[in-house]
Amino acid sequence: MAETFNISNEPPVPVTGWLPAVALSWIIPGGGHFLLKQHYRGALLLGTITLTFVLGLMMRGAFFEPQTGDLLTTLIYWGGYIADMCSGVLYFLAVWMGYTQQDVAGHVHDYGTKFLVGAGLMNVLAMVDVFEIATRKKS
Amino acid sequence: MKLSLTHFEATLILALFISVVLGIVTKKTDKERMTYGLSCFGRFVATIFGLAWLMKLGHG
Repeated sequence: MAETFNISNEPPVPVTGWLPAVALSWIIPGGGHFLLKQHYRGALLLGTITLTFVLGLMMRGAFFEPQTGDLLTTLIYWGGYIADMCSGVLYFLAVWMGYTQQDVAGHVHDYGTKFLVGAGLMNVLAMVDVFEIATRKKS
Repeated sequence: MKLSLTHFEATLILALFISVVLGIVTKKTDKERMTYGLSCFGRFVATIFGLAWLMKLGHG
């Protein structure tokens, strides 16, 4: 079966064309969209991700700390730590302002932890979106 | 201030936020984004109810 390939003649976008937008998107959720003049989408992402993060804090969710041990523990704790950091300035502000919460039993704390991780993962999606817009794979 | 939500409220809010983000980042036109976001939210809600009933029936 013959396959067709859509090869674009456009030159690839240099790293300097997308890196600032992706970096800004990491630091400030939705920031990359604002830089690329996608104000409406940027505002929605900023609002949604910030609200998710703030609700996570209000539910006294815990930030993951890197831990090693068996493979599953390493994956969960390192993965959670990286996902928490993907919230950018929200995470760093919370840590710098002294937010700490032990990982205690209870469904509200547990949901809070998931909200905090979820905010970071949503920001990863926003960063991928910014990359695709900056490299003209998407409008 | 500590916020205390039930399982249902927390999952519903998280489902709403995730649906908004998925709608924004995956589709190209505003109409497609709205449709996809609503579709995602509907599927999340259906999954929440499905799993809740499964757990209730499983526990007896």
